[in-house]
Amino acid sequence: MMEKTQKTNWVLTIVLVLGTVTVFFPLYMAFVIAFKQPSEMTNDVAGALALPAHFSLENFRQAMEVTDFWHSLGNSLLITLVTIALSILIHSIAGYVIGRSMAAKKSFRLIYLYIVSGMFVPFSILMMPLVKQTAQMGLGNRAGVILLYLVFYMPMNVLLYTGYLKNIPVALEEAADIDGASTWKTYWTIVFPMMKPMHATVAILTALGTWNDVMTPLVIMSGTGQNTLPLAQLNFQTQFGTNYNLAFSSYILALIPILLFYIICQKQILNGVANGAVKG
Amino acid sequence: MKSKMTNRDKTFWAVIIPVLILFFAFNTLPMIKGMIYSFTNYRGYGSYDYVGLRNYMDLFSDARVGKSYLFTFKYALAGTVLVNVLSLVMALGLNSCIRFKSALRGIYFVPNILGGLVIGYIFSFIFTYILPAVGMAWDIGWMKNSFLASEKYAWIGVLVVGVWQAVAMNTIIYISGLQTVPQEVYEASMLDGASKWKEFWSVTFPLVIPFVTINLVLSTKNLLMVFDQIMSLTKGGPAQSTESISYLIYRNGMDGGQFGFQSANAVIFFFVIVAISIFQMTIMNKKEEQL
Repeated sequence: MMEKTQKTNWVLTIVLVLGTVTVFFPLYMAFVIAFKQPSEMTNDVAGALALPAHFSLENFRQAMEVTDFWHSLGNSLLITLVTIALSILIHSIAGYVIGRSMAAKKSFRLIYLYIVSGMFVPFSILMMPLVKQTAQMGLGNRAGVILLYLVFYMPMNVLLYTGYLKNIPVALEEAADIDGASTWKTYWTIVFPMMKPMHATVAILTALGTWNDVMTPLVIMSGTGQNTLPLAQLNFQTQFGTNYNLAFSSYILALIPILLFYIICQKQILNGVANGAVKG
Repeated sequence: MKSKMTNRDKTFWAVIIPVLILFFAFNTLPMIKGMIYSFTNYRGYGSYDYVGLRNYMDLFSDARVGKSYLFTFKYALAGTVLVNVLSLVMALGLNSCIRFKSALRGIYFVPNILGGLVIGYIFSFIFTYILPAVGMAWDIGWMKNSFLASEKYAWIGVLVVGVWQAVAMNTIIYISGLQTVPQEVYEASMLDGASKWKEFWSVTFPLVIPFVTINLVLSTKNLLMVFDQIMSLTKGGPAQSTESISYLIYRNGMDGGQFGFQSANAVIFFFVIVAISIFQMTIMNKKEEQL
Protein backbone atom coordinates (compact mmCIF):
# COMPACT_ATOMS: atom_id res chain seq x y z
CA MET A 1 0.00 0.00 0.00
CA MET A 2 2.68 2.48 1.09
CA GLU A 3 4.84 1.53 -1.91
CA LYS A 4 2.09 2.38 -4.30
CA THR A 5 1.46 5.88 -2.91
CA GLN A 6 5.17 6.67 -2.75
CA LYS A 7 5.73 6.13 -6.49
CA THR A 8 7.14 9.24 -8.10
CA ASN A 9 4.79 11.00 -10.46
CA TRP A 10 7.21 11.98 -13.23
CA VAL A 11 4.66 13.66 -15.49
CA LEU A 12 3.69 16.01 -12.72
CA THR A 13 7.32 16.58 -11.80
CA ILE A 14 8.12 17.61 -15.37
CA VAL A 15 5.07 19.91 -15.57
CA LEU A 16 6.03 21.60 -12.32
CA VAL A 17 9.68 21.95 -13.36
CA LEU A 18 8.60 23.55 -16.65
CA GLY A 19 6.23 25.80 -14.74
CA THR A 20 9.13 27.43 -12.89
CA VAL A 21 9.67 29.38 -16.11
CA THR A 22 6.92 31.71 -14.87
CA VAL A 23 9.16 32.51 -11.90
CA PHE A 24 12.51 32.53 -13.68
CA PHE A 25 11.59 34.38 -16.85
CA PRO A 26 11.10 37.87 -15.33
CA LEU A 27 14.22 37.42 -13.22
CA TYR A 28 16.28 36.14 -16.15
CA MET A 29 15.12 39.05 -18.28
CA ALA A 30 15.95 41.58 -15.58
CA PHE A 31 19.34 39.97 -15.16
CA VAL A 32 20.42 40.00 -18.81
CA ILE A 33 19.12 43.52 -19.43
CA ALA A 34 21.00 44.73 -16.38
CA PHE A 35 24.29 43.63 -17.95
CA LYS A 36 23.70 44.92 -21.46
CA GLN A 37 24.61 48.19 -23.12
CA PRO A 38 21.80 50.39 -24.47
CA SER A 39 23.17 49.78 -27.98
CA GLU A 40 22.46 46.04 -27.62
CA MET A 41 18.76 46.66 -26.96
CA THR A 42 17.36 46.18 -30.46
CA ASN A 43 13.63 46.34 -31.00
CA ASP A 44 13.00 42.61 -31.37
CA VAL A 45 12.62 39.91 -28.76
CA ALA A 46 16.24 38.79 -29.06
CA GLY A 47 17.44 42.31 -28.35
CA ALA A 48 15.97 42.16 -24.89
CA LEU A 49 16.38 38.48 -24.07
CA ALA A 50 19.69 37.36 -25.59
CA LEU A 51 22.70 37.13 -23.33
CA PRO A 52 24.83 40.27 -23.23
CA ALA A 53 27.92 40.44 -25.47
CA HIS A 54 30.12 40.70 -22.44
CA PHE A 55 29.44 40.89 -18.73
CA SER A 56 30.53 44.20 -17.33
CA LEU A 57 29.65 45.65 -13.97
CA GLU A 58 29.67 49.19 -15.31
CA ASN A 59 25.83 49.47 -15.24
CA PHE A 60 25.78 48.41 -11.63
CA ARG A 61 28.47 50.87 -10.65
CA GLN A 62 26.50 53.66 -12.30
CA ALA A 63 23.19 52.50 -10.79
CA MET A 64 24.75 52.48 -7.34
CA GLU A 65 25.81 56.05 -7.85
CA VAL A 66 22.47 57.26 -9.20
CA THR A 67 20.33 55.67 -6.47
CA ASP A 68 22.77 56.25 -3.62
CA PHE A 69 22.66 52.47 -3.18
CA TRP A 70 24.75 51.94 -0.04
CA HIS A 71 22.91 54.64 1.81
CA SER A 72 19.48 53.26 0.86
CA LEU A 73 20.59 49.73 1.69
CA GLY A 74 21.84 50.96 5.07
CA ASN A 75 18.49 52.60 5.79
CA SER A 76 16.54 49.50 4.77
CA LEU A 77 18.76 47.30 6.93
CA LEU A 78 18.55 49.67 9.88
CA ILE A 79 14.76 49.98 9.73
CA THR A 80 14.16 46.25 9.20
CA LEU A 81 16.63 45.00 11.81
CA VAL A 82 15.57 47.44 14.54
CA THR A 83 11.90 46.72 13.83
CA ILE A 84 12.51 42.97 14.11
CA ALA A 85 14.49 43.29 17.35
CA LEU A 86 11.93 45.56 19.00
CA SER A 87 9.01 43.46 17.74
CA ILE A 88 10.48 40.34 19.30
CA LEU A 89 11.12 42.10 22.60
CA ILE A 90 7.94 44.14 22.92
CA HIS A 91 5.34 42.03 21.12
CA SER A 92 6.44 38.82 22.81
CA ILE A 93 6.10 40.26 26.30
CA ALA A 94 2.80 41.91 25.40
CA GLY A 95 1.63 38.59 24.00
CA TYR A 96 2.76 36.86 27.18
CA VAL A 97 1.04 39.27 29.52
CA ILE A 98 -2.20 39.14 27.54
CA GLY A 99 -2.07 35.40 26.90
CA ARG A 100 -1.53 34.50 30.54
CA SER A 101 -4.24 36.82 31.87
CA MET A 102 -6.91 36.42 29.20
CA ALA A 103 -8.57 33.35 30.64
CA ALA A 104 -9.06 34.80 34.12
CA LYS A 105 -9.50 38.53 33.51
CA LYS A 106 -12.05 40.19 31.33
CA SER A 107 -9.98 43.38 31.05
CA PHE A 108 -7.17 41.51 29.31
CA ARG A 109 -9.59 39.73 27.00
CA LEU A 110 -10.81 43.15 25.92
CA ILE A 111 -7.24 44.38 25.47
CA TYR A 112 -6.57 41.33 23.29
CA LEU A 113 -9.59 42.00 21.10
CA TYR A 114 -8.73 45.70 20.91
CA ILE A 115 -5.19 45.09 19.67
CA VAL A 116 -5.98 42.18 17.35
CA SER A 117 -8.86 44.01 15.67
CA GLY A 118 -6.23 46.52 14.52
CA MET A 119 -5.45 44.01 11.78
CA PHE A 120 -8.44 45.18 9.80
CA VAL A 121 -7.49 48.86 9.83
CA PRO A 122 -6.18 49.72 6.37
CA PHE A 123 -3.17 52.01 6.15
CA SER A 124 -5.20 54.39 3.96
CA ILE A 125 -7.34 55.59 6.84
CA LEU A 126 -4.32 56.19 9.10
CA MET A 127 -2.02 57.59 6.45
CA MET A 128 -3.02 61.24 6.28
CA PRO A 129 -3.45 61.85 10.04
CA LEU A 130 -0.22 59.94 10.72
CA VAL A 131 1.77 62.12 8.33
CA LYS A 132 0.59 65.21 10.26
CA GLN A 133 1.07 63.58 13.64
CA THR A 134 4.58 62.23 13.03
CA ALA A 135 5.67 65.58 11.55
CA GLN A 136 4.40 67.43 14.64
CA MET A 137 6.17 65.00 16.95
CA GLY A 138 9.45 65.25 15.04
CA LEU A 139 9.03 61.64 13.91
CA GLY A 140 8.91 62.22 10.16
CA ASN A 141 12.04 60.09 9.80
CA ARG A 142 13.48 56.59 10.12
CA ALA A 143 12.66 56.41 13.84
CA GLY A 144 9.04 57.28 13.05
CA VAL A 145 8.83 54.55 10.41
CA ILE A 146 10.18 51.99 12.90
CA LEU A 147 7.70 53.12 15.55
CA LEU A 148 4.82 52.82 13.09
CA TYR A 149 5.90 49.33 12.04
CA LEU A 150 5.93 48.33 15.70
CA VAL A 151 2.31 49.44 15.92
CA PHE A 152 1.21 48.01 12.56
CA TYR A 153 2.66 44.55 13.22
CA MET A 154 1.48 44.43 16.82
CA PRO A 155 -1.94 42.84 16.07
CA MET A 156 -0.50 39.98 14.06
CA ASN A 157 2.45 39.37 16.36
CA VAL A 158 0.42 39.51 19.57
CA LEU A 159 -2.00 37.03 18.00
CA LEU A 160 0.89 34.73 17.10
CA TYR A 161 2.55 34.92 20.52
CA THR A 162 -0.64 34.41 22.55
CA GLY A 163 -1.50 31.49 20.29
CA TYR A 164 1.90 29.90 20.79
CA LEU A 165 1.78 30.45 24.53
CA LYS A 166 -1.12 28.02 24.85
CA ASN A 167 1.39 25.24 24.11
CA ILE A 168 3.72 26.27 26.93
CA PRO A 169 2.66 24.82 30.29
CA VAL A 170 2.26 27.27 33.16
CA ALA A 171 3.84 24.79 35.60
CA LEU A 172 7.39 26.02 34.92
CA GLU A 173 6.47 29.61 35.69
CA GLU A 174 4.66 28.57 38.85
CA ALA A 175 7.73 26.64 39.99
CA ALA A 176 9.95 29.67 39.41
CA ASP A 177 7.40 31.77 41.24
CA ILE A 178 7.59 29.52 44.28
CA ASP A 179 11.39 29.73 44.14
CA GLY A 180 10.96 33.48 44.58
CA ALA A 181 11.90 34.65 41.11
CA SER A 182 10.22 37.88 40.01
CA THR A 183 7.70 37.80 37.17
CA TRP A 184 10.09 39.87 35.08
CA LYS A 185 12.97 37.48 35.63
CA THR A 186 10.81 34.40 35.08
CA TYR A 187 9.72 35.79 31.74
CA TRP A 188 13.18 36.53 30.40
CA THR A 189 14.91 33.41 31.71
CA ILE A 190 12.18 30.81 31.17
CA VAL A 191 9.36 31.91 28.86
CA PHE A 192 11.23 34.09 26.38
CA PRO A 193 13.73 31.35 25.41
CA MET A 194 10.91 28.83 25.09
CA MET A 195 9.13 30.95 22.52
CA LYS A 196 12.12 30.73 20.17
CA PRO A 197 10.25 29.07 17.27
CA MET A 198 7.68 31.85 17.36
CA HIS A 199 10.43 34.49 17.46
CA ALA A 200 11.69 33.08 14.17
CA THR A 201 8.23 33.24 12.61
CA VAL A 202 7.67 36.79 13.83
CA ALA A 203 11.12 37.88 12.62
CA ILE A 204 10.51 36.46 9.16
CA LEU A 205 7.00 37.81 8.68
CA THR A 206 8.02 41.23 9.99
CA ALA A 207 11.15 41.25 7.82
CA LEU A 208 9.27 40.39 4.60
CA GLY A 209 6.64 43.02 5.35
CA THR A 210 8.94 45.89 6.27
CA TRP A 211 11.73 45.25 3.76
CA ASN A 212 9.42 45.55 0.75
CA ASP A 213 7.07 48.20 2.11
CA VAL A 214 6.85 51.33 0.00
CA MET A 215 3.90 53.25 1.36
CA THR A 216 4.99 53.94 4.96
CA PRO A 217 8.47 55.32 4.20
CA LEU A 218 7.04 57.09 1.15
CA VAL A 219 4.60 59.21 3.14
CA ILE A 220 6.49 59.46 6.45
CA MET A 221 10.08 60.02 5.26
CA SER A 222 9.39 62.18 2.22
CA GLY A 223 11.40 65.37 2.39
CA THR A 224 14.10 63.95 4.66
CA GLY A 225 16.33 63.02 1.72
CA GLN A 226 16.53 59.51 3.16
CA ASN A 227 15.51 56.50 1.08
CA THR A 228 14.89 52.85 1.68
CA LEU A 229 15.78 50.47 -1.16
CA PRO A 230 12.28 50.33 -2.71
CA LEU A 231 11.80 54.05 -2.15
CA ALA A 232 15.02 54.79 -4.03
CA GLN A 233 13.66 52.87 -7.04
CA LEU A 234 10.56 55.01 -6.98
CA ASN A 235 12.32 58.32 -6.44
CA PHE A 236 15.04 57.79 -9.03
CA GLN A 237 12.78 56.20 -11.63
CA THR A 238 12.71 59.41 -13.67
CA GLN A 239 16.51 59.65 -13.65
CA PHE A 240 16.86 56.32 -15.43
CA GLY A 241 15.01 57.89 -18.36
CA THR A 242 14.99 55.44 -21.25
CA ASN A 243 18.19 53.80 -20.11
CA TYR A 244 16.56 50.49 -19.23
CA ASN A 245 19.90 48.83 -18.66
CA LEU A 246 20.69 51.23 -15.87
CA ALA A 247 17.18 50.86 -14.44
CA PHE A 248 17.37 47.07 -14.45
CA SER A 249 20.81 47.08 -12.80
CA SER A 250 19.23 49.10 -10.08
CA TYR A 251 16.27 46.69 -9.79
CA ILE A 252 18.64 43.74 -9.56
CA LEU A 253 20.62 45.53 -6.86
CA ALA A 254 17.39 46.10 -4.95
CA LEU A 255 16.40 42.42 -5.27
CA ILE A 256 19.76 40.85 -4.40
CA PRO A 257 19.74 41.36 -0.59
CA ILE A 258 16.35 39.71 -0.05
CA LEU A 259 17.15 36.95 -2.56
CA LEU A 260 20.38 36.16 -0.71
CA PHE A 261 18.52 36.15 2.58
CA TYR A 262 15.95 33.79 1.08
CA ILE A 263 18.54 31.42 -0.36
CA ILE A 264 20.31 31.19 3.00
CA CYS A 265 17.23 30.86 5.22
CA GLN A 266 14.78 29.29 2.74
CA LYS A 267 13.70 26.51 5.05
CA GLN A 268 13.11 28.76 8.03
CA ILE A 269 11.25 31.29 5.88
CA LEU A 270 8.86 28.72 4.40
CA ASN A 271 8.27 27.20 7.83
CA GLY A 272 7.83 30.63 9.36
CA VAL A 273 5.25 31.71 6.81
CA ALA A 274 3.30 28.45 7.06
CA ASN A 275 3.47 28.61 10.84
CA GLY A 276 2.23 32.18 10.91
CA ALA A 277 -0.71 31.44 8.64
CA VAL A 278 -1.78 28.34 10.50
CA LYS A 279 -1.57 29.95 13.91
CA GLY A 280 -3.01 33.23 12.69
CA MET B 1 0.61 34.44 48.28
CA LYS B 2 -1.85 37.25 47.99
CA SER B 3 0.84 39.95 47.75
CA LYS B 4 2.74 37.76 45.28
CA MET B 5 -0.21 37.79 42.93
CA THR B 6 -0.49 41.53 43.10
CA ASN B 7 3.20 41.82 42.33
CA ARG B 8 2.67 39.79 39.22
CA ASP B 9 -0.38 41.88 38.38
CA LYS B 10 1.64 45.05 38.86
CA THR B 11 4.33 43.85 36.47
CA PHE B 12 1.67 42.88 33.94
CA TRP B 13 0.02 46.26 34.05
CA ALA B 14 3.40 48.02 33.96
CA VAL B 15 4.08 46.18 30.70
CA ILE B 16 0.70 46.45 29.06
CA ILE B 17 -0.07 50.11 29.76
CA PRO B 18 2.85 51.57 27.73
CA VAL B 19 2.04 49.11 24.94
CA LEU B 20 -1.59 50.22 24.95
CA ILE B 21 -0.58 53.89 24.91
CA LEU B 22 1.70 53.25 21.93
CA PHE B 23 -1.00 51.34 20.08
CA PHE B 24 -3.63 53.95 20.84
CA ALA B 25 -1.39 56.87 19.84
CA PHE B 26 -0.41 55.50 16.44
CA ASN B 27 -3.40 53.39 15.47
CA THR B 28 -6.63 54.37 17.22
CA LEU B 29 -5.92 58.09 17.55
CA PRO B 30 -5.06 58.64 13.86
CA MET B 31 -8.15 56.61 12.95
CA ILE B 32 -10.33 58.87 15.09
CA LYS B 33 -8.60 61.92 13.62
CA GLY B 34 -9.23 60.56 10.14
CA MET B 35 -12.91 60.17 10.97
CA ILE B 36 -13.03 63.74 12.28
CA TYR B 37 -11.26 65.08 9.16
CA SER B 38 -13.84 63.27 7.06
CA PHE B 39 -16.43 65.78 8.28
CA THR B 40 -14.33 68.77 7.20
CA ASN B 41 -13.28 70.45 4.00
CA TYR B 42 -9.60 70.34 5.04
CA ARG B 43 -7.21 70.54 2.11
CA GLY B 44 -4.17 69.32 4.05
CA TYR B 45 -3.02 72.85 4.87
CA GLY B 46 -4.55 76.13 5.99
CA SER B 47 -7.86 76.54 7.81
CA TYR B 48 -10.92 74.37 7.45
CA ASP B 49 -14.61 74.13 8.38
CA TYR B 50 -16.89 71.33 9.39
CA VAL B 51 -19.17 70.40 6.54
CA GLY B 52 -21.24 67.66 8.16
CA LEU B 53 -21.99 64.74 5.89
CA ARG B 54 -21.20 66.67 2.71
CA ASN B 55 -18.07 64.60 1.89
CA TYR B 56 -19.99 61.35 2.25
CA MET B 57 -22.78 62.56 -0.02
CA ASP B 58 -20.24 63.77 -2.57
CA LEU B 59 -18.44 60.43 -2.49
CA PHE B 60 -21.44 58.68 -3.98
CA SER B 61 -21.74 61.13 -6.85
CA ASP B 62 -18.02 61.43 -7.54
CA ALA B 63 -17.29 59.67 -10.82
CA ARG B 64 -13.58 59.21 -10.07
CA VAL B 65 -14.28 57.58 -6.70
CA GLY B 66 -16.93 55.36 -8.28
CA LYS B 67 -14.48 54.32 -10.96
CA SER B 68 -11.82 53.47 -8.38
CA TYR B 69 -14.26 51.26 -6.45
CA LEU B 70 -15.27 49.54 -9.64
CA PHE B 71 -11.66 48.86 -10.59
CA THR B 72 -10.67 47.73 -7.09
CA PHE B 73 -13.61 45.33 -6.76
CA LYS B 74 -13.16 43.94 -10.25
CA TYR B 75 -9.47 43.44 -9.51
CA ALA B 76 -9.99 41.91 -6.07
CA LEU B 77 -12.77 39.58 -7.20
CA ALA B 78 -10.97 38.28 -10.28
CA GLY B 79 -7.76 38.12 -8.27
CA THR B 80 -9.23 36.21 -5.34
CA VAL B 81 -10.75 33.58 -7.61
CA LEU B 82 -7.61 33.18 -9.72
CA VAL B 83 -5.24 33.18 -6.75
CA ASN B 84 -7.19 30.58 -4.81
CA VAL B 85 -7.82 28.24 -7.72
CA LEU B 86 -4.23 28.46 -8.94
CA SER B 87 -2.64 28.12 -5.53
CA LEU B 88 -4.83 25.17 -4.57
CA VAL B 89 -3.87 23.42 -7.80
CA MET B 90 -0.21 24.30 -7.21
CA ALA B 91 -0.40 23.04 -3.64
CA LEU B 92 -1.96 19.73 -4.74
CA GLY B 93 0.84 19.34 -7.27
CA LEU B 94 3.59 20.28 -4.85
CA ASN B 95 2.17 18.00 -2.18
CA SER B 96 2.00 14.86 -4.29
CA CYS B 97 4.73 12.33 -4.93
CA ILE B 98 7.12 14.32 -7.06
CA ARG B 99 10.87 14.69 -7.25
CA PHE B 100 12.71 17.87 -6.23
CA LYS B 101 9.77 18.63 -3.94
CA SER B 102 11.45 21.07 -1.57
CA ALA B 103 13.42 22.80 -4.35
CA LEU B 104 10.21 23.35 -6.32
CA ARG B 105 8.37 24.64 -3.27
CA GLY B 106 11.25 27.01 -2.65
CA ILE B 107 11.28 28.31 -6.22
CA TYR B 108 7.53 28.88 -6.41
CA PHE B 109 7.66 31.00 -3.27
CA VAL B 110 10.22 33.44 -4.70
CA PRO B 111 7.65 35.91 -6.16
CA ASN B 112 6.35 36.56 -2.67
CA ILE B 113 9.62 37.70 -1.14
CA LEU B 114 10.29 40.24 -3.89
CA GLY B 115 8.91 43.73 -3.48
CA GLY B 116 5.78 44.65 -5.43
CA LEU B 117 7.25 47.90 -6.67
CA VAL B 118 10.38 46.51 -8.36
CA ILE B 119 8.44 43.51 -9.67
CA GLY B 120 5.97 45.99 -11.15
CA TYR B 121 8.77 47.79 -12.97
CA ILE B 122 10.10 44.52 -14.36
CA PHE B 123 6.67 43.40 -15.57
CA SER B 124 6.00 46.83 -16.96
CA PHE B 125 8.91 46.22 -19.34
CA ILE B 126 7.50 42.81 -20.30
CA PHE B 127 4.10 44.31 -21.09
CA THR B 128 5.44 47.35 -22.92
CA TYR B 129 8.31 45.83 -24.92
CA ILE B 130 8.53 42.04 -24.80
CA LEU B 131 4.90 41.11 -25.48
CA PRO B 132 4.46 43.62 -28.34
CA ALA B 133 7.78 42.42 -29.84
CA VAL B 134 6.50 38.83 -29.69
CA GLY B 135 3.21 40.01 -31.18
CA MET B 136 5.07 41.65 -34.06
CA ALA B 137 7.32 38.67 -34.67
CA TRP B 138 4.50 36.12 -34.77
CA ASP B 139 1.86 38.49 -36.06
CA ILE B 140 -0.50 38.13 -33.11
CA GLY B 141 -2.86 41.09 -33.32
CA TRP B 142 -3.85 41.68 -29.70
CA MET B 143 -0.26 41.48 -28.50
CA LYS B 144 1.10 44.15 -30.82
CA ASN B 145 0.19 47.01 -28.52
CA SER B 146 1.04 47.14 -24.86
CA PHE B 147 -2.10 46.47 -22.92
CA LEU B 148 -0.93 48.74 -20.13
CA ALA B 149 -1.66 51.54 -22.59
CA SER B 150 -5.20 50.31 -23.18
CA GLU B 151 -7.96 51.75 -21.05
CA LYS B 152 -9.87 48.51 -21.39
CA TYR B 153 -7.16 45.96 -20.66
CA ALA B 154 -4.61 47.72 -18.43
CA TRP B 155 -6.24 46.22 -15.33
CA ILE B 156 -5.36 42.75 -16.60
CA GLY B 157 -1.69 43.72 -16.55
CA VAL B 158 -1.99 44.79 -12.93
CA LEU B 159 -3.93 41.60 -12.19
CA VAL B 160 -1.23 39.36 -13.68
CA VAL B 161 1.43 40.87 -11.42
CA GLY B 162 -0.80 40.82 -8.33
CA VAL B 163 -1.75 37.18 -8.90
CA TRP B 164 1.84 36.19 -9.70
CA GLN B 165 2.92 37.39 -6.26
CA ALA B 166 -0.13 36.32 -4.25
CA VAL B 167 -0.22 32.73 -5.56
CA ALA B 168 3.20 32.12 -4.00
CA MET B 169 1.95 32.99 -0.53
CA ASN B 170 -1.36 31.13 -0.74
CA THR B 171 0.26 28.00 -2.14
CA ILE B 172 2.40 27.66 0.98
CA ILE B 173 -0.67 28.01 3.19
CA TYR B 174 -2.62 25.41 1.17
CA ILE B 175 0.34 23.04 1.35
CA SER B 176 0.36 23.24 5.13
CA GLY B 177 -3.39 22.64 4.97
CA LEU B 178 -2.99 19.56 2.82
CA GLN B 179 -0.36 18.22 5.20
CA THR B 180 -2.94 18.14 7.99
CA VAL B 181 -4.96 15.57 6.03
CA PRO B 182 -3.92 12.17 7.39
CA GLN B 183 -2.59 9.66 4.87
CA GLU B 184 -5.13 7.03 6.00
CA VAL B 185 -7.97 9.13 4.66
CA TYR B 186 -6.53 8.90 1.16
CA GLU B 187 -5.90 5.20 1.53
CA ALA B 188 -9.49 4.64 2.61
CA SER B 189 -10.88 6.55 -0.35
CA MET B 190 -8.56 4.65 -2.66
CA LEU B 191 -9.88 1.34 -1.31
CA ASP B 192 -13.38 2.63 -1.96
CA GLY B 193 -12.28 3.10 -5.55
CA ALA B 194 -13.01 6.83 -5.61
CA SER B 195 -11.64 8.73 -8.59
CA LYS B 196 -9.02 11.44 -7.97
CA TRP B 197 -11.57 14.11 -8.84
CA LYS B 198 -14.15 12.71 -6.44
CA GLU B 199 -11.53 12.16 -3.78
CA PHE B 200 -10.57 15.82 -3.96
CA TRP B 201 -14.12 17.18 -3.65
CA SER B 202 -15.46 14.76 -1.06
CA VAL B 203 -12.35 14.06 1.00
CA THR B 204 -9.55 16.58 0.61
CA PHE B 205 -11.46 19.81 0.10
CA PRO B 206 -13.78 19.57 3.13
CA LEU B 207 -10.75 18.88 5.33
CA VAL B 208 -8.85 21.96 4.16
CA ILE B 209 -11.79 24.37 4.36
CA PRO B 210 -10.29 26.25 7.34
CA PHE B 211 -7.32 27.03 5.12
CA VAL B 212 -9.61 28.15 2.34
CA THR B 213 -11.08 30.64 4.82
CA ILE B 214 -7.66 31.98 5.78
CA ASN B 215 -6.62 32.29 2.16
CA LEU B 216 -9.85 33.91 1.00
CA VAL B 217 -9.74 36.54 3.73
CA LEU B 218 -6.00 37.15 3.31
CA SER B 219 -5.98 37.39 -0.46
CA THR B 220 -9.14 39.50 -0.71
CA LYS B 221 -7.85 41.95 1.89
CA ASN B 222 -4.43 42.27 0.25
CA LEU B 223 -5.86 42.59 -3.24
CA LEU B 224 -8.34 45.26 -2.12
CA MET B 225 -5.44 47.31 -0.75
CA VAL B 226 -3.39 47.11 -3.97
CA PHE B 227 -0.95 50.01 -4.15
CA ASP B 228 2.68 49.16 -5.04
CA GLN B 229 1.84 47.50 -8.36
CA ILE B 230 -0.31 50.46 -9.42
CA MET B 231 2.50 52.82 -8.50
CA SER B 232 5.02 51.02 -10.70
CA LEU B 233 2.83 49.70 -13.53
CA THR B 234 0.28 52.34 -14.45
CA LYS B 235 0.14 55.14 -11.90
CA GLY B 236 -3.61 54.72 -12.12
CA GLY B 237 -3.77 55.24 -15.87
CA PRO B 238 -4.62 55.22 -18.65
CA ALA B 239 -7.48 57.65 -18.05
CA GLN B 240 -7.75 56.58 -14.40
CA SER B 241 -8.85 53.11 -15.47
CA THR B 242 -6.56 51.36 -12.97
CA GLU B 243 -6.82 53.75 -10.07
CA SER B 244 -7.26 51.65 -6.92
CA ILE B 245 -8.95 53.06 -3.82
CA SER B 246 -5.68 53.14 -1.85
CA TYR B 247 -3.92 54.85 -4.73
CA LEU B 248 -6.66 57.47 -5.13
CA ILE B 249 -6.65 58.24 -1.40
CA TYR B 250 -2.88 58.64 -1.51
CA ARG B 251 -2.80 60.67 -4.71
CA ASN B 252 -5.59 63.13 -4.01
CA GLY B 253 -5.45 63.10 -0.24
CA MET B 254 -1.75 63.82 0.07
CA ASP B 255 -1.15 66.06 -2.94
CA GLY B 256 -4.52 66.84 -4.44
CA GLY B 257 -5.87 69.09 -1.67
CA GLN B 258 -8.67 66.62 -0.85
CA PHE B 259 -7.53 65.68 2.66
CA GLY B 260 -11.03 65.86 4.13
CA PHE B 261 -12.81 64.29 1.17
CA GLN B 262 -10.36 61.41 0.85
CA SER B 263 -10.58 60.85 4.62
CA ALA B 264 -14.27 60.16 4.11
CA ASN B 265 -13.31 57.81 1.30
CA ALA B 266 -10.86 56.02 3.64
CA VAL B 267 -13.52 55.65 6.34
CA ILE B 268 -15.92 54.02 3.87
CA PHE B 269 -13.09 51.85 2.56
CA PHE B 270 -12.34 50.69 6.12
CA PHE B 271 -15.94 49.62 6.67
CA VAL B 272 -16.00 47.88 3.30
CA ILE B 273 -12.92 45.83 4.20
CA VAL B 274 -14.29 44.89 7.63
CA ALA B 275 -17.68 43.98 6.15
CA ILE B 276 -16.18 41.79 3.43
CA SER B 277 -13.85 40.00 5.86
CA ILE B 278 -16.68 39.30 8.30
CA PHE B 279 -18.95 38.16 5.46
CA GLN B 280 -16.32 35.71 4.18
CA MET B 281 -15.65 34.33 7.63
CA THR B 282 -19.32 33.75 8.46
CA ILE B 283 -20.00 32.04 5.14
CA MET B 284 -17.01 29.77 5.53
CA ASN B 285 -17.82 29.03 9.17
CA LYS B 286 -21.25 27.85 8.10
CA LYS B 287 -19.63 25.64 5.47
CA GLU B 288 -17.34 24.18 8.12
CA GLU B 289 -20.26 23.38 10.41
CA GLN B 290 -22.25 21.73 7.68
CA LEU B 291 -19.47 19.29 6.95
